[in-house]
Amino acid sequence: MKILTGNDLPTGDVIWWTGSGWSRHVEDAVDVGDKGEAILHAEDGACRVNGGTIIDATETPKGPRPAHIKDRIRALGPTVRPDLTLKPSDPNAGNWVI
Amino acid sequence: MYRYDKYDQAIVDARVEEFRDQARRRLAGQLTDDQFKPLRLKNGLYLQLHAYMLRVAIPYGTLDSRQMRMLGHIARKYDRGYGHFTTRQNLQYNWIKLEEAGDILADLASVEMHAIQTSGESIRNLSSDQYAGAAADEVCDPRPWAELIRQATTFHPEFSYLPRKFKIAVTAADEDRAAIRLHDIGLKLVKNDAGKLGFEVYIGGGMGRTPFVAPLIRPFLPADDLFSYIEAALRVWNRNGRRDNIHKQRIKILVHELGQEEFTRQVEAEWQHILANGSNVPREEFDRIAAFFEPPPFETGLTDEIDRTDPDFALWVDQNVKAHKAPGYAIVNISLKPVGGIPGDATAGQIELIADLGEKYSFDELRVTHAQNIVLPHVRKADLYTLWQILDENGLATANLDLISDIIACPGLDYCSLANARSIPVAQKIATRFADLGRQRELGELKLKISGCINACGHHHAGHIGILGVDKKGTENYQLLLGGSGAEDASLGKITGPGFSEDGVVDAVERVTDKYLAVREEGERFLDTYRRVGFEPFKEAIYG
Ligand code: HEM
Ligand code: SF4
Repeated sequence: MKILTGNDLPTGDVIWWTGSGWSRHVEDAVDVGDKGEAILHAEDGACRVNGGTIIDATETPKGPRPAHIKDRIRALGPTVRPDLTLKPSDPNAGNWVI
Repeated sequence: MYRYDKYDQAIVDARVEEFRDQARRRLAGQLTDDQFKPLRLKNGLYLQLHAYMLRVAIPYGTLDSRQMRMLGHIARKYDRGYGHFTTRQNLQYNWIKLEEAGDILADLASVEMHAIQTSGESIRNLSSDQYAGAAADEVCDPRPWAELIRQATTFHPEFSYLPRKFKIAVTAADEDRAAIRLHDIGLKLVKNDAGKLGFEVYIGGGMGRTPFVAPLIRPFLPADDLFSYIEAALRVWNRNGRRDNIHKQRIKILVHELGQEEFTRQVEAEWQHILANGSNVPREEFDRIAAFFEPPPFETGLTDEIDRTDPDFALWVDQNVKAHKAPGYAIVNISLKPVGGIPGDATAGQIELIADLGEKYSFDELRVTHAQNIVLPHVRKADLYTLWQILDENGLATANLDLISDIIACPGLDYCSLANARSIPVAQKIATRFADLGRQRELGELKLKISGCINACGHHHAGHIGILGVDKKGTENYQLLLGGSGAEDASLGKITGPGFSEDGVVDAVERVTDKYLAVREEGERFLDTYRRVGFEPFKEAIYG
């Protein structure tokens, strides 16, 4: 599957395209099929996202999992500071990345 | 230390307002990312893996407690409670919001700091010896010259659109603590036979994709001629630098392609041309700057005795405290490398505490080192024990300076968008494997440096043991290098062979140190042994 990601313009937070807007959680990302370019083009005009890109991911029961480790680290947060990730209370969150 | 005059302050304040307006326009959708990016980079604001990252310059690594305290304040108020000290004597914040970046720059400006020229194709923050002005082995304080170059080149139109970034380091001691030969220009202050002060000028060093140790281009440049000579070198590069190929833009490539002799000839010719027009900074201006670097009012008649009854304290003194030029004083290194910690990270509280300690015990002066540690340059020996107790209570007394756990590591894939592999977990695992301080001291001086990609921000080429993260079909892989040095005996490490997994590279490091212990001779450091016995015995130990 193809999903869209980027950084939120005002805060820099990592964000994922949900079909109608942007979420901080990769679980909310939707498969954009071949519509990625068109969505990003429209979003560029709206000036909400920085560096929007289309990436590969696989569908899992817990939602999309980005294909590349870099995007999985982006989705979670730094693997060396669990307290700074999106799932600070989940001790196993890091395993999902690697 | 240098203090802004009203012109300096006005320039920096104006720059803050200019940036606020640029950021406002970007947020309002009046600027595209492509339009805004060069503007934010001119103010040290990057977009990294998780957020915006702000790189703050600490000129030649010197700051006072007021400035250090502000760095802590910013970490607490605008970041997530910490800051990251880097190999270029800068500080990086990893979790910055664009909405607040203008306020941060304004806070920095209020204590004479900024993020100008910490990015882009400019002359970057000048680096220097972290012991400058305090070291027992220096001919004089190198910082006035660093400040002179900083002032003369900042916003200089000729240096505003260079072919690529440009890094200058200035030192004044035989022991090179600033890796001068791995800079675009490395300057070492020396006295000639007639007692006259001048520079050894090294040009064309650097790491990254194509590493070079800079050759000596001029053995003695009279100190008064510093600016014009640098201008000549930059001009030759500006004229001939390869702007057509991103991998060939640095001055090191030009020096290599022209050859040292021809490059030197061109610089000398250009220099004569410049001298004819008299473009050196006037002596009075240098004297004005130098006056800011007068030594602090050291007390006289102090004791040189240190009470070493507490063994942990004695260990710390042996490892982290260095000789000072004034009797009764010492240089204190605060390690930011606790076992299992993130090299270079400090919490807001630690930063503020270190600021207080600098104010109380070190004439209000602090330094940041290229090894990602902090220095209190002027501490009375009589205060060492009290100081150590406070550091110890706050997790800042790790006695590992220059030992295997004093690892330099770039942020790697945990924070950096250019990375191929993570650096920090590897550093943590190695430090944990070698946690026993007795074992570390047995190994002696051993500089281990890790980068998460070929850009070499973690100086892996210059590590006695270097580690380079690479991408191997989508997984992290680590190459091991041996025999590099960033010091006065500068050399580049050699890749040992096929790379390793994260755990595999930790084991490989241990096989290297085991081999070293087995073959070393009395008084040798790891690097000495390596140079004596060569690469092969180690390679054999690693791959069997
Ligand atoms: C996280 C954001 C960073 C980015 C995007 C970044 C990017 C780069 C790039 C592209 C280069 C290679 C340029 C060249 O020399 O041709 C480089 C070199 C370098 N960076 Fe970084 N870097 C980052 C963080 C750091 C940090 C945290 C440090 C210090 C710990 C650092 C220190 C250096 C040094 C010392 C070099 C020079 C190596 C040399 O001599 O060529 N960088 N960086
Ligand atoms: S060496 Fe590579 S991974 Fe490490 S900070 Fe530099 S650019 Fe990023």
